[in-house]
Amino acid sequence: MSDLRELYQQVILDHNKNPRNYKELPAATAKVEGYNPLCGDHYTVYLQTEGDTIRDVAFTGSGCAISKASASVMSSTVKGKTKEEADRLFDTFQKLVTGHGGELDTAELGRLAAFSGVSEFPARVKCATLAWHTLRTALQGGGDKVSTE
Amino acid sequence: MTAVAHESDVTYDVQRIREDFPILRTRARGNPLVYLDNAATTQKPRAVIDRLVRYYSEENSNVHRGVHYLSEVATAAYEGARTTVKRFLNARSEKEIVFTRGTTEGINLVAYSWGRKNVQEGDEVVISAIEHHSNIVPWQMLCDQQRATLKIIPVNEAGEVDVDAYAKLLSDRTRLVAVGHASNALGTINPIRRMIAMAHAAGAVVVIDGAQGVPHLPIDVQELDCDFYAFSGHKVYGPTGVGALYGKEQLLEAMPPFMGGGDMILSVSFEKTTYNALPYKFEAGTPNIAGVIGLAAALDYVGSVGLDRIAAHEQDLLHYATDRLLELDGIRIIGTAAHKAAVISFVLEGVHPHDIGTILDQEGIAVRTGHHCAQPLMMRFNVPATGRASFGLYNTREEADALIAGLKKVIEVFR
Repeated sequence: MSDLRELYQQVILDHNKNPRNYKELPAATAKVEGYNPLCGDHYTVYLQTEGDTIRDVAFTGSGCAISKASASVMSSTVKGKTKEEADRLFDTFQKLVTGHGGELDTAELGRLAAFSGVSEFPARVKCATLAWHTLRTALQGGGDKVSTE
Repeated sequence: MTAVAHESDVTYDVQRIREDFPILRTRARGNPLVYLDNAATTQKPRAVIDRLVRYYSEENSNVHRGVHYLSEVATAAYEGARTTVKRFLNARSEKEIVFTRGTTEGINLVAYSWGRKNVQEGDEVVISAIEHHSNIVPWQMLCDQQRATLKIIPVNEAGEVDVDAYAKLLSDRTRLVAVGHASNALGTINPIRRMIAMAHAAGAVVVIDGAQGVPHLPIDVQELDCDFYAFSGHKVYGPTGVGALYGKEQLLEAMPPFMGGGDMILSVSFEKTTYNALPYKFEAGTPNIAGVIGLAAALDYVGSVGLDRIAAHEQDLLHYATDRLLELDGIRIIGTAAHKAAVISFVLEGVHPHDIGTILDQEGIAVRTGHHCAQPLMMRFNVPATGRASFGLYNTREEADALIAGLKKVIEVFR
Protein backbone atom coordinates (compact mmCIF):
# COMPACT_ATOMS: atom_id res chain seq x y z
CA MET A 1 0.00 0.00 0.00
CA SER A 2 2.91 2.38 0.63
CA ASP A 3 3.47 3.19 -3.06
CA LEU A 4 -0.26 3.72 -3.44
CA ARG A 5 -0.40 6.14 -0.53
CA GLU A 6 2.53 7.94 -2.13
CA LEU A 7 0.56 8.21 -5.37
CA TYR A 8 -2.82 9.01 -3.90
CA GLN A 9 -1.73 11.58 -1.33
CA GLN A 10 -4.37 13.42 0.68
CA VAL A 11 -3.93 16.58 -1.40
CA ILE A 12 -4.69 14.61 -4.56
CA LEU A 13 -7.70 12.84 -3.11
CA ASP A 14 -9.03 16.15 -1.78
CA HIS A 15 -8.58 18.03 -5.06
CA ASN A 16 -10.13 15.09 -6.96
CA LYS A 17 -13.21 15.15 -4.76
CA ASN A 18 -13.48 18.94 -4.56
CA PRO A 19 -11.70 20.36 -7.59
CA ARG A 20 -10.87 24.07 -7.33
CA ASN A 21 -11.70 26.47 -10.17
CA TYR A 22 -13.89 23.79 -11.73
CA LYS A 23 -16.02 26.05 -13.92
CA GLU A 24 -16.20 27.78 -17.25
CA LEU A 25 -14.61 31.19 -17.52
CA PRO A 26 -16.77 33.59 -19.55
CA ALA A 27 -14.00 36.21 -19.61
CA ALA A 28 -11.38 33.73 -20.87
CA THR A 29 -8.88 35.04 -23.38
CA ALA A 30 -7.97 31.48 -24.43
CA LYS A 31 -9.76 28.14 -24.21
CA VAL A 32 -8.04 24.85 -25.09
CA GLU A 33 -9.20 21.24 -24.96
CA GLY A 34 -6.82 18.56 -23.69
CA TYR A 35 -7.49 14.93 -24.50
CA ASN A 36 -5.81 11.64 -23.66
CA PRO A 37 -7.31 9.20 -26.20
CA LEU A 38 -5.77 6.22 -24.43
CA CYS A 39 -7.77 6.56 -21.23
CA GLY A 40 -10.41 9.09 -22.26
CA ASP A 41 -9.32 11.93 -19.94
CA HIS A 42 -10.81 15.08 -21.41
CA TYR A 43 -10.55 18.62 -20.06
CA THR A 44 -11.07 22.17 -21.22
CA VAL A 45 -8.72 24.74 -19.72
CA TYR A 46 -9.85 28.38 -19.63
CA LEU A 47 -7.22 31.08 -19.36
CA GLN A 48 -7.57 34.80 -18.75
CA THR A 49 -4.41 36.84 -19.18
CA GLU A 50 -3.67 40.52 -18.89
CA GLY A 51 -0.44 41.47 -20.55
CA ASP A 52 2.04 38.94 -19.24
CA THR A 53 0.09 38.02 -16.13
CA ILE A 54 -2.29 35.12 -15.63
CA ARG A 55 -5.37 36.70 -14.09
CA ASP A 56 -7.49 33.54 -13.88
CA VAL A 57 -7.48 29.87 -14.80
CA ALA A 58 -10.39 27.42 -14.65
CA PHE A 59 -11.20 24.04 -16.09
CA THR A 60 -14.04 21.62 -16.84
CA GLY A 61 -14.08 18.01 -17.96
CA SER A 62 -13.56 14.52 -16.61
CA GLY A 63 -10.83 11.99 -16.05
CA CYS A 64 -9.00 10.02 -13.42
CA ALA A 65 -8.09 11.31 -9.95
CA ILE A 66 -4.51 12.15 -10.94
CA SER A 67 -5.49 14.20 -13.97
CA LYS A 68 -8.33 16.02 -12.22
CA ALA A 69 -6.34 16.82 -9.08
CA SER A 70 -3.44 17.99 -11.23
CA ALA A 71 -5.69 20.36 -13.17
CA SER A 72 -7.13 21.64 -9.91
CA VAL A 73 -3.80 22.24 -8.16
CA MET A 74 -2.39 23.77 -11.34
CA SER A 75 -5.25 26.23 -11.62
CA SER A 76 -4.80 27.54 -8.10
CA THR A 77 -0.99 27.57 -8.34
CA VAL A 78 -0.52 29.58 -11.53
CA LYS A 79 -3.12 32.24 -10.80
CA GLY A 80 -1.38 35.61 -10.49
CA LYS A 81 1.89 34.32 -11.93
CA THR A 82 3.51 35.59 -15.12
CA LYS A 83 3.48 33.41 -18.23
CA GLU A 84 7.19 32.83 -17.80
CA GLU A 85 6.80 31.75 -14.19
CA ALA A 86 4.02 29.34 -15.10
CA ASP A 87 6.15 27.91 -17.87
CA ARG A 88 9.07 27.38 -15.51
CA LEU A 89 6.77 25.77 -12.96
CA PHE A 90 5.61 23.26 -15.57
CA ASP A 91 9.21 22.35 -16.35
CA THR A 92 9.87 21.73 -12.66
CA PHE A 93 6.62 19.78 -12.29
CA GLN A 94 7.52 17.63 -15.28
CA LYS A 95 10.89 16.80 -13.73
CA LEU A 96 9.12 15.88 -10.50
CA VAL A 97 6.60 13.45 -12.04
CA THR A 98 9.08 11.81 -14.40
CA GLY A 99 11.54 11.20 -11.57
CA HIS A 100 14.18 13.51 -13.06
CA GLY A 101 13.75 15.87 -10.15
CA GLY A 102 17.03 15.43 -8.33
CA GLU A 103 17.28 18.40 -6.00
CA LEU A 104 14.07 20.25 -6.70
CA ASP A 105 13.07 23.38 -4.83
CA THR A 106 10.08 22.10 -2.86
CA ALA A 107 9.29 25.63 -1.73
CA GLU A 108 8.71 26.61 -5.34
CA LEU A 109 6.59 23.50 -5.89
CA GLY A 110 4.26 24.04 -2.94
CA ARG A 111 1.24 21.78 -3.22
CA LEU A 112 2.54 20.45 -6.52
CA ALA A 113 4.95 18.35 -4.43
CA ALA A 114 1.99 16.05 -3.69
CA PHE A 115 2.50 14.57 -7.17
CA SER A 116 5.97 13.20 -6.40
CA GLY A 117 4.57 9.64 -6.16
CA VAL A 118 3.61 9.71 -9.85
CA SER A 119 7.23 9.05 -10.80
CA GLU A 120 6.84 5.47 -9.53
CA PHE A 121 3.94 4.96 -11.98
CA PRO A 122 5.20 5.70 -15.50
CA ALA A 123 1.80 4.96 -17.02
CA ARG A 124 0.32 7.83 -15.03
CA VAL A 125 2.72 10.62 -16.03
CA LYS A 126 0.43 11.59 -18.91
CA CYS A 127 -2.47 11.92 -16.48
CA ALA A 128 -0.51 14.31 -14.28
CA THR A 129 0.71 16.50 -17.12
CA LEU A 130 -2.40 16.65 -19.36
CA ALA A 131 -3.78 19.90 -17.88
CA TRP A 132 -0.29 21.47 -17.92
CA HIS A 133 0.25 20.67 -21.59
CA THR A 134 -3.16 22.15 -22.27
CA LEU A 135 -2.32 25.30 -20.30
CA ARG A 136 0.99 25.70 -22.12
CA THR A 137 -0.79 25.55 -25.46
CA ALA A 138 -3.25 28.17 -24.23
CA LEU A 139 -0.39 30.38 -23.04
CA GLN A 140 1.36 30.09 -26.39
CA GLY A 141 -1.90 30.81 -28.18
CA GLY A 142 -1.38 27.77 -30.41
CA GLY A 143 -4.38 25.73 -31.48
CA ASP A 144 -7.45 24.85 -29.49
CA LYS A 145 -6.85 21.12 -29.02
CA VAL A 146 -4.08 19.12 -27.37
CA SER A 147 -3.72 15.37 -27.47
CA THR A 148 -1.22 13.37 -25.45
CA GLU A 149 -0.80 10.86 -28.28
CA MET B 1 -3.52 -38.59 -25.32
CA THR B 2 -4.28 -35.54 -23.22
CA ALA B 3 -7.65 -35.29 -24.90
CA VAL B 4 -8.81 -38.53 -23.34
CA ALA B 5 -7.29 -37.69 -19.98
CA HIS B 6 -9.02 -34.30 -19.73
CA GLU B 7 -12.41 -35.47 -21.03
CA SER B 8 -12.54 -38.38 -18.61
CA ASP B 9 -12.24 -36.07 -15.61
CA VAL B 10 -15.52 -35.90 -13.79
CA THR B 11 -14.81 -32.47 -12.32
CA TYR B 12 -13.10 -29.56 -14.01
CA ASP B 13 -9.62 -29.65 -12.51
CA VAL B 14 -8.66 -25.99 -12.87
CA GLN B 15 -5.46 -26.40 -10.86
CA ARG B 16 -4.24 -28.99 -13.34
CA ILE B 17 -5.16 -26.72 -16.23
CA ARG B 18 -3.24 -23.86 -14.60
CA GLU B 19 -0.13 -26.02 -14.60
CA ASP B 20 -0.35 -26.07 -18.40
CA PHE B 21 0.27 -22.28 -18.46
CA PRO B 22 3.83 -21.37 -17.41
CA ILE B 23 3.12 -17.62 -17.16
CA LEU B 24 0.55 -18.14 -14.41
CA ARG B 25 3.45 -18.78 -12.02
CA THR B 26 4.58 -15.16 -12.54
CA ARG B 27 4.54 -12.80 -9.59
CA ALA B 28 3.38 -9.29 -10.44
CA ARG B 29 4.52 -6.46 -8.15
CA GLY B 30 5.29 -8.99 -5.42
CA ASN B 31 1.90 -10.72 -5.61
CA PRO B 32 0.73 -13.84 -7.43
CA LEU B 33 -0.46 -12.79 -10.89
CA VAL B 34 -4.24 -12.66 -11.17
CA TYR B 35 -4.81 -12.40 -14.90
CA LEU B 36 -8.31 -11.12 -15.66
CA ASP B 37 -7.64 -9.49 -19.02
CA ASN B 38 -8.46 -12.45 -21.24
CA ALA B 39 -10.71 -10.47 -23.55
CA ALA B 40 -7.62 -8.45 -24.52
CA THR B 41 -5.44 -11.50 -25.02
CA THR B 42 -5.15 -14.93 -23.45
CA GLN B 43 -2.09 -16.67 -22.03
CA LYS B 44 -0.53 -19.58 -23.90
CA PRO B 45 -0.39 -23.21 -22.76
CA ARG B 46 2.88 -25.12 -22.83
CA ALA B 47 1.50 -27.13 -25.78
CA VAL B 48 1.41 -23.99 -27.95
CA ILE B 49 4.78 -22.66 -26.78
CA ASP B 50 6.40 -26.07 -27.37
CA ARG B 51 4.82 -26.36 -30.80
CA LEU B 52 6.30 -23.01 -31.85
CA VAL B 53 9.72 -24.05 -30.56
CA ARG B 54 9.49 -27.39 -32.37
CA TYR B 55 8.49 -25.70 -35.61
CA TYR B 56 11.43 -23.31 -35.52
CA SER B 57 13.83 -25.97 -34.23
CA GLU B 58 12.92 -28.81 -36.58
CA GLU B 59 10.52 -27.80 -39.35
CA ASN B 60 11.11 -24.20 -40.41
CA SER B 61 10.81 -23.68 -44.14
CA ASN B 62 8.61 -21.84 -46.60
CA VAL B 63 5.35 -23.53 -47.58
CA HIS B 64 3.94 -24.51 -50.98
CA ARG B 65 7.24 -23.80 -52.69
CA GLY B 66 10.16 -26.12 -52.24
CA VAL B 67 10.58 -29.70 -53.31
CA HIS B 68 12.93 -30.28 -50.42
CA TYR B 69 12.30 -32.19 -47.22
CA LEU B 70 11.73 -29.27 -44.82
CA SER B 71 9.34 -27.55 -47.18
CA GLU B 72 7.26 -30.71 -47.30
CA VAL B 73 7.22 -30.97 -43.52
CA ALA B 74 6.27 -27.30 -43.07
CA THR B 75 3.60 -27.47 -45.78
CA ALA B 76 2.07 -30.58 -44.21
CA ALA B 77 1.96 -28.89 -40.79
CA TYR B 78 0.51 -25.69 -42.27
CA GLU B 79 -2.19 -27.50 -44.25
CA GLY B 80 -2.82 -29.79 -41.30
CA ALA B 81 -3.58 -26.66 -39.29
CA ARG B 82 -6.18 -25.70 -41.89
CA THR B 83 -7.90 -29.04 -41.37
CA THR B 84 -7.83 -28.44 -37.60
CA VAL B 85 -9.53 -25.05 -38.03
CA LYS B 86 -12.04 -26.55 -40.48
CA ARG B 87 -13.01 -29.20 -37.91
CA PHE B 88 -13.07 -26.69 -35.06
CA LEU B 89 -15.60 -24.50 -36.91
CA ASN B 90 -17.27 -27.47 -38.62
CA ALA B 91 -16.76 -25.93 -42.07
CA ARG B 92 -17.53 -28.10 -45.10
CA SER B 93 -14.11 -27.86 -46.65
CA GLU B 94 -10.56 -26.58 -46.16
CA LYS B 95 -11.23 -24.27 -49.12
CA GLU B 96 -13.43 -22.26 -46.80
CA ILE B 97 -10.63 -21.50 -44.32
CA VAL B 98 -8.40 -18.50 -45.10
CA PHE B 99 -5.55 -17.73 -42.72
CA THR B 100 -5.24 -14.07 -41.76
CA ARG B 101 -3.40 -11.87 -39.28
CA GLY B 102 -6.46 -11.87 -37.06
CA THR B 103 -10.12 -10.91 -36.84
CA THR B 104 -9.46 -7.38 -38.06
CA GLU B 105 -7.86 -8.60 -41.28
CA GLY B 106 -10.66 -11.12 -41.79
CA ILE B 107 -13.31 -8.39 -41.56
CA ASN B 108 -11.31 -6.07 -43.79
CA LEU B 109 -10.88 -8.84 -46.34
CA VAL B 110 -14.66 -9.20 -46.62
CA ALA B 111 -15.19 -5.42 -46.65
CA TYR B 112 -12.71 -4.88 -49.48
CA SER B 113 -13.23 -7.97 -51.56
CA TRP B 114 -16.91 -8.82 -51.16
CA GLY B 115 -17.97 -5.32 -50.17
CA ARG B 116 -16.53 -3.34 -53.07
CA LYS B 117 -17.98 -5.77 -55.56
CA ASN B 118 -21.42 -6.14 -54.04
CA VAL B 119 -22.26 -2.96 -52.14
CA GLN B 120 -23.31 -0.10 -54.41
CA GLU B 121 -24.61 3.43 -54.03
CA GLY B 122 -27.85 3.48 -52.05
CA ASP B 123 -27.27 0.05 -50.51
CA GLU B 124 -27.19 -0.44 -46.78
CA VAL B 125 -24.84 -2.19 -44.35
CA VAL B 126 -26.15 -3.05 -40.88
CA ILE B 127 -24.01 -3.33 -37.74
CA SER B 128 -24.90 -3.08 -34.04
CA ALA B 129 -24.17 -0.42 -31.44
CA ILE B 130 -22.21 -2.98 -29.44
CA GLU B 131 -19.43 -3.58 -31.97
CA HIS B 132 -15.67 -3.35 -31.48
CA HIS B 133 -14.03 -0.64 -33.60
CA SER B 134 -12.72 -3.37 -35.90
CA ASN B 135 -16.30 -4.23 -36.84
CA ILE B 136 -17.28 -0.57 -37.28
CA VAL B 137 -14.48 1.22 -39.11
CA PRO B 138 -14.07 -1.18 -42.10
CA TRP B 139 -17.79 -0.80 -42.81
CA GLN B 140 -17.66 2.98 -42.47
CA MET B 141 -14.79 3.00 -44.95
CA LEU B 142 -16.71 0.73 -47.33
CA CYS B 143 -19.88 2.83 -47.10
CA ASP B 144 -17.91 6.06 -47.67
CA GLN B 145 -16.22 4.57 -50.72
CA GLN B 146 -19.37 3.09 -52.23
CA ARG B 147 -21.76 5.84 -51.10
CA ALA B 148 -23.74 3.29 -49.16
CA THR B 149 -25.42 3.86 -45.78
CA LEU B 150 -24.39 2.35 -42.46
CA LYS B 151 -27.32 1.44 -40.20
CA ILE B 152 -26.88 0.79 -36.48
CA ILE B 153 -28.97 -1.68 -34.47
CA PRO B 154 -29.61 -0.08 -31.06
CA VAL B 155 -28.92 -1.86 -27.76
CA ASN B 156 -31.15 -1.82 -24.68
CA GLU B 157 -30.18 -0.92 -21.10
CA ALA B 158 -28.96 -4.47 -20.48
CA GLY B 159 -26.59 -4.21 -23.43
CA GLU B 160 -28.57 -6.55 -25.68
CA VAL B 161 -29.23 -5.80 -29.34
CA ASP B 162 -32.81 -4.77 -29.98
CA VAL B 163 -33.98 -7.53 -32.30
CA ASP B 164 -37.27 -5.79 -33.13
CA ALA B 165 -35.40 -2.67 -34.19
CA TYR B 166 -33.06 -4.90 -36.20
CA ALA B 167 -36.03 -6.44 -38.02
CA LYS B 168 -37.17 -2.93 -39.00
CA LEU B 169 -33.71 -1.97 -40.28
CA LEU B 170 -33.60 -4.89 -42.70
CA SER B 171 -34.92 -4.20 -46.20
CA ASP B 172 -34.22 -5.06 -49.81
CA ARG B 173 -31.49 -2.40 -49.68
CA THR B 174 -29.60 -4.33 -46.96
CA ARG B 175 -26.60 -6.00 -48.60
CA LEU B 176 -24.66 -7.05 -45.54
CA VAL B 177 -25.04 -7.48 -41.77
CA ALA B 178 -21.95 -7.55 -39.52
CA VAL B 179 -22.32 -8.40 -35.84
CA GLY B 180 -20.14 -9.74 -33.07
CA HIS B 181 -20.76 -13.19 -31.67
CA ALA B 182 -19.97 -11.91 -28.17
CA SER B 183 -19.14 -8.37 -27.05
CA ASN B 184 -15.60 -7.75 -25.82
CA ALA B 185 -16.74 -4.73 -23.82
CA LEU B 186 -19.87 -6.09 -22.10
CA GLY B 187 -19.81 -9.85 -22.65
CA THR B 188 -23.25 -9.90 -24.32
CA ILE B 189 -23.74 -12.99 -26.49
CA ASN B 190 -25.78 -11.92 -29.47
CA PRO B 191 -28.62 -14.13 -30.78
CA ILE B 192 -26.70 -14.59 -34.00
CA ARG B 193 -28.49 -17.69 -35.28
CA ARG B 194 -31.75 -15.78 -35.33
CA MET B 195 -30.10 -12.63 -36.67
CA ILE B 196 -28.46 -14.58 -39.49
CA ALA B 197 -31.78 -16.15 -40.51
CA MET B 198 -33.45 -12.73 -40.50
CA ALA B 199 -30.68 -11.23 -42.64
CA HIS B 200 -30.89 -14.11 -45.11
CA ALA B 201 -34.65 -13.65 -45.37
CA ALA B 202 -33.90 -10.07 -46.44
CA GLY B 203 -31.31 -11.28 -48.95
CA ALA B 204 -28.25 -10.00 -47.06
CA VAL B 205 -25.00 -11.81 -46.30
CA VAL B 206 -23.76 -12.00 -42.73
CA VAL B 207 -20.28 -11.49 -41.28
CA ILE B 208 -19.74 -12.65 -37.70
CA ASP B 209 -16.92 -11.08 -35.67
CA GLY B 210 -16.02 -14.17 -33.69
CA ALA B 211 -13.05 -12.79 -31.77
CA GLN B 212 -14.89 -13.27 -28.47
CA GLY B 213 -17.00 -16.20 -29.64
CA VAL B 214 -14.35 -18.80 -30.35
CA PRO B 215 -12.73 -18.74 -26.88
CA HIS B 216 -16.02 -19.21 -25.05
CA LEU B 217 -18.54 -21.05 -27.22
CA PRO B 218 -18.62 -24.16 -29.40
CA ILE B 219 -18.93 -22.95 -33.01
CA ASP B 220 -20.66 -24.70 -35.89
CA VAL B 221 -20.68 -22.46 -38.94
CA GLN B 222 -22.95 -24.83 -40.88
CA GLU B 223 -25.53 -24.86 -38.12
CA LEU B 224 -25.26 -21.06 -37.72
CA ASP B 225 -25.43 -20.68 -41.51
CA CYS B 226 -23.30 -17.51 -41.35
CA ASP B 227 -21.62 -16.46 -44.58
CA PHE B 228 -18.35 -15.33 -42.97
CA TYR B 229 -16.89 -15.92 -39.52
CA ALA B 230 -13.63 -14.23 -38.48
CA PHE B 231 -11.56 -14.92 -35.36
CA SER B 232 -8.10 -14.39 -33.85
CA GLY B 233 -5.64 -16.94 -32.53
CA HIS B 234 -4.43 -14.94 -29.56
CA LYS B 235 -7.89 -14.69 -27.99
CA VAL B 236 -8.13 -18.49 -27.91
CA TYR B 237 -4.79 -19.31 -26.24
CA GLY B 238 -2.85 -19.20 -29.52
CA PRO B 239 -0.15 -16.84 -30.84
CA THR B 240 -0.69 -13.17 -31.76
CA GLY B 241 -0.66 -12.10 -35.40
CA VAL B 242 -2.65 -15.02 -36.73
CA GLY B 243 -6.32 -15.80 -37.24
CA ALA B 244 -8.70 -17.34 -39.69
CA LEU B 245 -11.63 -16.31 -41.82
CA TYR B 246 -14.32 -18.82 -42.66
CA GLY B 247 -16.31 -18.03 -45.81
CA LYS B 248 -18.87 -20.06 -47.72
CA GLU B 249 -17.12 -21.55 -50.71
CA GLN B 250 -19.42 -20.14 -53.39
CA LEU B 251 -19.03 -16.63 -51.95
CA LEU B 252 -15.23 -16.85 -51.68
CA GLU B 253 -15.09 -18.30 -55.18
CA ALA B 254 -16.88 -15.29 -56.66
CA MET B 255 -14.79 -12.74 -54.77
CA PRO B 256 -11.73 -10.97 -56.22
CA PRO B 257 -8.43 -11.36 -54.35
CA PHE B 258 -7.82 -9.04 -51.39
CA MET B 259 -4.06 -8.63 -51.83
CA GLY B 260 -1.82 -9.49 -54.72
CA GLY B 261 1.50 -11.26 -54.46
CA GLY B 262 3.15 -14.62 -54.34
CA ASP B 263 1.24 -17.82 -53.53
CA MET B 264 -2.10 -16.36 -54.62
CA ILE B 265 -1.40 -16.86 -58.34
CA LEU B 266 -1.30 -19.79 -60.76
CA SER B 267 0.62 -17.94 -63.43
CA VAL B 268 1.83 -14.41 -63.97
CA SER B 269 2.72 -12.62 -67.14
CA PHE B 270 2.63 -8.89 -67.79
CA GLU B 271 -0.41 -9.45 -70.00
CA LYS B 272 -2.44 -11.65 -67.67
CA THR B 273 -2.31 -13.19 -64.23
CA THR B 274 -4.37 -16.23 -63.30
CA TYR B 275 -5.32 -16.46 -59.65
CA ASN B 276 -4.80 -19.52 -57.55
CA ALA B 277 -7.66 -21.68 -56.28
CA LEU B 278 -9.31 -21.33 -52.87
CA PRO B 279 -8.17 -20.66 -50.25
CA TYR B 280 -4.76 -19.64 -51.62
CA LYS B 281 -6.29 -16.85 -53.70
CA PHE B 282 -6.61 -14.94 -50.41
CA GLU B 283 -3.21 -15.79 -48.93
CA ALA B 284 -0.73 -13.58 -50.77
CA GLY B 285 2.85 -13.67 -49.58
CA THR B 286 4.57 -15.95 -47.11
CA PRO B 287 2.05 -16.48 -44.33
CA ASN B 288 2.62 -16.57 -40.57
CA ILE B 289 3.50 -20.26 -40.78
CA ALA B 290 4.59 -20.71 -37.18
CA GLY B 291 1.56 -18.75 -36.02
CA VAL B 292 -0.83 -20.90 -38.03
CA ILE B 293 0.72 -24.08 -36.64
CA GLY B 294 0.60 -22.59 -33.11
CA LEU B 295 -3.05 -21.68 -33.64
CA ALA B 296 -3.85 -25.29 -34.49
CA ALA B 297 -2.04 -26.41 -31.32
CA ALA B 298 -4.17 -23.95 -29.33
CA LEU B 299 -7.41 -25.24 -30.87
CA ASP B 300 -6.29 -28.80 -30.15
CA TYR B 301 -5.61 -27.80 -26.57
CA VAL B 302 -8.99 -26.11 -26.16
CA GLY B 303 -10.62 -29.13 -27.80
CA SER B 304 -8.88 -31.48 -25.38
CA VAL B 305 -10.27 -29.56 -22.40
CA GLY B 306 -13.66 -29.37 -24.12
CA LEU B 307 -15.47 -26.15 -25.06
CA ASP B 308 -18.65 -27.22 -23.27
CA ARG B 309 -16.67 -27.75 -20.09
CA ILE B 310 -14.79 -24.47 -20.53
CA ALA B 311 -18.10 -22.65 -21.07
CA ALA B 312 -19.59 -24.22 -17.93
CA HIS B 313 -16.51 -23.31 -15.86
CA GLU B 314 -16.49 -19.73 -17.12
CA GLN B 315 -20.23 -19.34 -16.52
CA ASP B 316 -19.70 -20.43 -12.93
CA LEU B 317 -16.97 -17.78 -12.57
CA LEU B 318 -19.15 -15.16 -14.24
CA HIS B 319 -22.06 -15.71 -11.86
CA TYR B 320 -19.85 -16.03 -8.80
CA ALA B 321 -17.86 -12.87 -9.58
CA THR B 322 -21.00 -10.92 -10.54
CA ASP B 323 -22.72 -11.78 -7.24
CA ARG B 324 -19.64 -10.89 -5.23
CA LEU B 325 -19.11 -7.59 -7.10
CA LEU B 326 -22.67 -6.57 -6.33
CA GLU B 327 -21.82 -6.83 -2.62
CA LEU B 328 -19.64 -3.73 -3.06
CA ASP B 329 -20.96 -0.28 -2.32
CA GLY B 330 -21.35 1.97 -5.36
CA ILE B 331 -20.66 -0.66 -8.01
CA ARG B 332 -22.56 -0.62 -11.28
CA ILE B 333 -22.20 -3.44 -13.78
CA ILE B 334 -22.49 -2.23 -17.38
CA GLY B 335 -23.97 -5.03 -19.48
CA THR B 336 -26.45 -7.29 -17.76
CA ALA B 337 -27.61 -9.36 -20.72
CA ALA B 338 -29.31 -12.68 -20.05
CA HIS B 339 -26.68 -14.43 -22.18
CA LYS B 340 -23.14 -13.34 -21.44
CA ALA B 341 -19.62 -14.56 -21.91
CA ALA B 342 -17.41 -14.31 -18.81
CA VAL B 343 -16.77 -10.58 -19.17
CA ILE B 344 -17.75 -8.07 -16.49
CA SER B 345 -17.60 -4.36 -17.24
CA PHE B 346 -18.10 -2.16 -14.21
CA VAL B 347 -17.84 1.34 -12.83
CA LEU B 348 -17.33 2.29 -9.20
CA GLU B 349 -19.06 5.45 -8.00
CA GLY B 350 -16.63 8.31 -7.48
CA VAL B 351 -13.58 6.45 -8.80
CA HIS B 352 -12.30 6.68 -12.34
CA PRO B 353 -11.55 3.27 -13.95
CA HIS B 354 -7.95 4.33 -14.57
CA ASP B 355 -7.39 4.72 -10.83
CA ILE B 356 -9.03 1.34 -10.24
CA GLY B 357 -6.61 -0.21 -12.75
CA THR B 358 -3.55 1.25 -11.03
CA ILE B 359 -4.59 0.13 -7.56
CA LEU B 360 -5.52 -3.40 -8.70
CA ASP B 361 -2.22 -3.62 -10.54
CA GLN B 362 -0.38 -3.00 -7.27
CA GLU B 363 -2.11 -6.15 -6.00
CA GLY B 364 -0.96 -8.14 -9.02
CA ILE B 365 -4.41 -8.09 -10.60
CA ALA B 366 -4.55 -7.41 -14.34
CA VAL B 367 -7.79 -5.90 -15.61
CA ARG B 368 -8.47 -3.66 -18.55
CA THR B 369 -9.60 -0.10 -18.02
CA GLY B 370 -10.65 2.21 -20.80
CA HIS B 371 -13.16 2.28 -23.63
CA HIS B 372 -12.34 -1.26 -24.88
CA CYS B 373 -12.22 -0.11 -28.51
CA ALA B 374 -15.95 0.45 -28.31
CA GLN B 375 -16.35 4.21 -27.91
CA PRO B 376 -19.89 4.39 -29.37
CA LEU B 377 -20.95 1.79 -26.79
CA MET B 378 -19.38 3.79 -23.93
CA MET B 379 -21.35 6.82 -25.15
CA ARG B 380 -24.52 4.73 -25.19
CA PHE B 381 -24.07 4.00 -21.48
CA ASN B 382 -22.85 7.52 -20.76
CA VAL B 383 -19.54 6.45 -19.21
CA PRO B 384 -16.10 7.60 -20.42
CA ALA B 385 -14.60 4.23 -19.62
CA THR B 386 -15.14 1.11 -17.53
CA GLY B 387 -13.08 -1.41 -15.64
CA ARG B 388 -13.32 -4.86 -17.19
CA ALA B 389 -12.57 -8.26 -15.71
CA SER B 390 -12.62 -11.02 -18.32
CA PHE B 391 -12.18 -14.66 -17.37
CA GLY B 392 -10.56 -17.57 -19.17
CA LEU B 393 -10.41 -21.32 -18.78
CA TYR B 394 -7.65 -21.12 -16.13
CA ASN B 395 -9.24 -18.58 -13.79
CA THR B 396 -10.55 -19.53 -10.36
CA ARG B 397 -13.10 -18.39 -7.80
CA GLU B 398 -10.16 -17.43 -5.58
CA GLU B 399 -9.04 -14.98 -8.28
CA ALA B 400 -12.52 -13.49 -8.33
CA ASP B 401 -12.16 -13.11 -4.54
CA ALA B 402 -8.81 -11.36 -5.06
CA LEU B 403 -10.53 -8.93 -7.42
CA ILE B 404 -13.15 -8.13 -4.79
CA ALA B 405 -10.46 -7.65 -2.12
CA GLY B 406 -8.58 -5.35 -4.52
CA LEU B 407 -11.70 -3.30 -5.20
CA LYS B 408 -12.26 -2.97 -1.45
CA LYS B 409 -8.80 -1.41 -1.28
CA VAL B 410 -9.79 0.99 -4.06
CA ILE B 411 -12.82 2.02 -2.03
CA GLU B 412 -10.66 2.38 1.08
CA VAL B 413 -8.26 4.74 -0.72
CA PHE B 414 -10.99 6.87 -2.24
CA ARG B 415 -13.57 7.13 0.56
